Amino acid sequence: MFGIVGWGAYVPRYRIKTEEIARVWGKDPKTISKGLGIVEKSVPDLDEDTITISVEAARNALARAGIDPKDIGSVYIGSESHPYVVKPSGTVVAQALGCTPELMVADLEFACKAGTAGMQIVLAQVMAGMVKYGLAIGADTSQGRPGDALEYSAAAGGAAFIIGPKPAVVIEDTYSYTTDTPDFWRREGQDYPKHGARFTGKPAYFKHVINATYGLLEKVGRDVSEYDYVVFHMPNAKFPIKAMKHFKIPKEKYLPGLVVTKIGNCYSGSSLLGLSAVLDIAEPEQKILLTSFGSGAGSDSFSLLVKDKILDVQNKAPKTRDYIEKNKEYIDYGMYVKLRKKLKI
Amino acid sequence: MVHRSSVPMHWRLYESRYNLVGNKCLVCGEFFYPSKIVCPNCRRRGILKRVVFSGKGKIYSYTIIRNAPRGFEKYAPYVVAIVELDEGPRVMGWIVDSKISDIKIGRRVSVVFRKIYEDGKEGLIHYGFKFRVIDEK
Amino acid sequence: MRNVAVVGVGETAFGEHWEKSLRALAVEAGIAAIRDANIEGADIEAMYIGNMSAGKFIGQEHLAALAVDQAGLVGIPSSRLEAACASGSLAFRQACLAVASGEYDIVIAAGAEKMTDLQTEDVTTTLMGAGDQEWEGWLGMTFPGLYALMARRHMYEYNTTREQMALFSVNGHKNAALNPKAQFPFEITVEDVLNSPLVADPLRLLDCSPVSDGAAAVIIASEDAAKRFENPIWLIGSGQATDNLALHDRKSLTSLRATKIAAKKAYEQAGISPEKIDVAEVHDCFSINGLIALEDLGFCERGKSGKFVEDGNIERGAAVSINTSGGLKAKGHPVGATGISQIIEIVKQLRGECGKRQVPAEFGLTHNVGGTGATVVVNIFGKELKERWV
Repeated sequence: MFGIVGWGAYVPRYRIKTEEIARVWGKDPKTISKGLGIVEKSVPDLDEDTITISVEAARNALARAGIDPKDIGSVYIGSESHPYVVKPSGTVVAQALGCTPELMVADLEFACKAGTAGMQIVLAQVMAGMVKYGLAIGADTSQGRPGDALEYSAAAGGAAFIIGPKPAVVIEDTYSYTTDTPDFWRREGQDYPKHGARFTGKPAYFKHVINATYGLLEKVGRDVSEYDYVVFHMPNAKFPIKAMKHFKIPKEKYLPGLVVTKIGNCYSGSSLLGLSAVLDIAEPEQKILLTSFGSGAGSDSFSLLVKDKILDVQNKAPKTRDYIEKNKEYIDYGMYVKLRKKLKI
Repeated sequence: MVHRSSVPMHWRLYESRYNLVGNKCLVCGEFFYPSKIVCPNCRRRGILKRVVFSGKGKIYSYTIIRNAPRGFEKYAPYVVAIVELDEGPRVMGWIVDSKISDIKIGRRVSVVFRKIYEDGKEGLIHYGFKFRVIDEK
Repeated sequence: MRNVAVVGVGETAFGEHWEKSLRALAVEAGIAAIRDANIEGADIEAMYIGNMSAGKFIGQEHLAALAVDQAGLVGIPSSRLEAACASGSLAFRQACLAVASGEYDIVIAAGAEKMTDLQTEDVTTTLMGAGDQEWEGWLGMTFPGLYALMARRHMYEYNTTREQMALFSVNGHKNAALNPKAQFPFEITVEDVLNSPLVADPLRLLDCSPVSDGAAAVIIASEDAAKRFENPIWLIGSGQATDNLALHDRKSLTSLRATKIAAKKAYEQAGISPEKIDVAEVHDCFSINGLIALEDLGFCERGKSGKFVEDGNIERGAAVSINTSGGLKAKGHPVGATGISQIIEIVKQLRGECGKRQVPAEFGLTHNVGGTGATVVVNIFGKELKERWV
């Protein structure tokens, strides 16, 4: 049996409120925050990026896994904001963790689901006996075009998962649903993405999340009601809640993972931060359903079983909620523009 | 300035800067971070062994840089401290992620991994260690 | 080893000299020194140049050759010495040792720095070459920042106050107001210091020496050759010492071990104790360093420099007259020139040539520091030659 032996999260401490952004653009703050379901989002400091976020999340995962980093045979970082276009984030992170030199590394991109894609690759390598342990990370410092709807949600954060034998959480199975659907994209050299507005809903997010989830349930032969927690990708709060309603999932099963309301959409880190928040509190024998979504488009769905071992490792690193709630500092739009380098400085 | 743009100069120091790798002398027992090439106490009679530091320590002194050198202007003002690591040696590093009122001589800190310097839009990004104030006594 | 004396002095004004290049400043100082000594250029047998960073400031190395070339003295041996802000003193000391050894009778030691051809951020970056580039410079540290770390420890360990540090700058400016060569020839108050902008907490703008251009030169003669000159001032004690380069490697941030070692050697050679020093030029690159110098040189007890200054003990004519030239803060600090310029002020005090800033002086001391204290040179001068200094 293979699965998650250690997980870790990291969210930067600066926050900007939805109403502050709305104030600048002349929108009604109540309408926006109610519509999106986001109260505030995380903003990275000038000295943070996808690599630094990945390192802290991965160091937390390593603390929980309690393994020798040299036993990690592969590192895959999924992001849409890798600091370099050419030079993988994975080599810096592998060096900073002490995994080098005997390992496989490559960077991944699939919009917001690059992190779960990494988990599938690492799971396959572990199952095939190619590596003893593998590390998959989803992290982003996503950019929102000033004045655009996505500016309210584009946030920063990441989560890391070490996968291997004798896990604290078994990965029972995974299923992916992928089509060429151009709902959201960014061309080479462009600062900000473009998107299809309402087209991002039914033909994109909902089609893939719902179909991937049905596909997984059929593959593992379970009913969705058997799961204790469900985590879907969170571009805002509205979309995942609507998808939960479709599957008739009650609030108490999805609220613990609904991190988007307080930190926004961390893109490749979004569903993975929802998962890490759930793992922080999950109990042995519980089942977790995770379905990510990446524009372009595709969804990866996972069925997870929590084992007794989880009790030994939960407290070995800071919890996701610690990063979300503790030590936060609010900034105004001017500081936000400076930190996100929207001014060409 | 050439020393900021050099490729090999910084690559040589990745391990020590990413992972707080230093050394200690097995003869006199003193810990060193950064690594010493020769033990300052024993010189050629010393035997140096690789050590990975825990990254925990306390603030020995600190300042707030307001007039930054070239390349660091956008970061100012930033806090730089001398941190006394638990194992003994003192090292210089920024304090980040912490309330100004928490930055005092004697407060406990823990290491974090951050960007140190970006060589413009085209050059390399240098990473390394900084510190954040922690609650433990 | 023979005794040596300073028999000629000359320097430029210190400040922002937009029209003068490094070579122009150096030649101006050299000619002034030769004129003061009343010798011919051809009498000079060797040249010693102190400069910290012409390579980065103006892209020029091989200064030893440039100096003799521009002076019209090609042929003679010439050397450049570098120890950051102590470069001038190194040039002086090596020149003295060469004369004392018997190799030369008359040499010139000069220091010069041209800092204003670069913009401020690049000057700040260049000056960090005086620290540890791999572990201090790489993370955006600055020199005010390094001394601020020392200041905060001094305040923590000895309850030294902001006002006491400010008084050091106030003292320098009071003297500089009477020095026609000073960069800032005007008085300031403690309030001016405390209201000036923060540079690196707790240090403010008026705690910090400025960016300056300037050059200074002295003519050094052997015991026999010195007999020809009117008023030779004798080097009666000299010490040079080092400490760890990086501030975080020092045992203490509130005392410069190298000052103590160098000063001990100098006092021993001179056969006098600190109380006998009437006038001293100490290295106040930042006000806190002036305070620490008073302790390390033995003018007051460890930790008590704040009170020492507060009680007026460093004013002209007091227990020890400190920085009658204005010091680095008010006179200016063209890095390589400072060590020589400090020597010039002491020589002039001992000669009685300081006009309104003159104090009664039998023994004078110079204290020149490189970086945050990794190199220190202490020299003691006297009007009479009592015994061999080496």
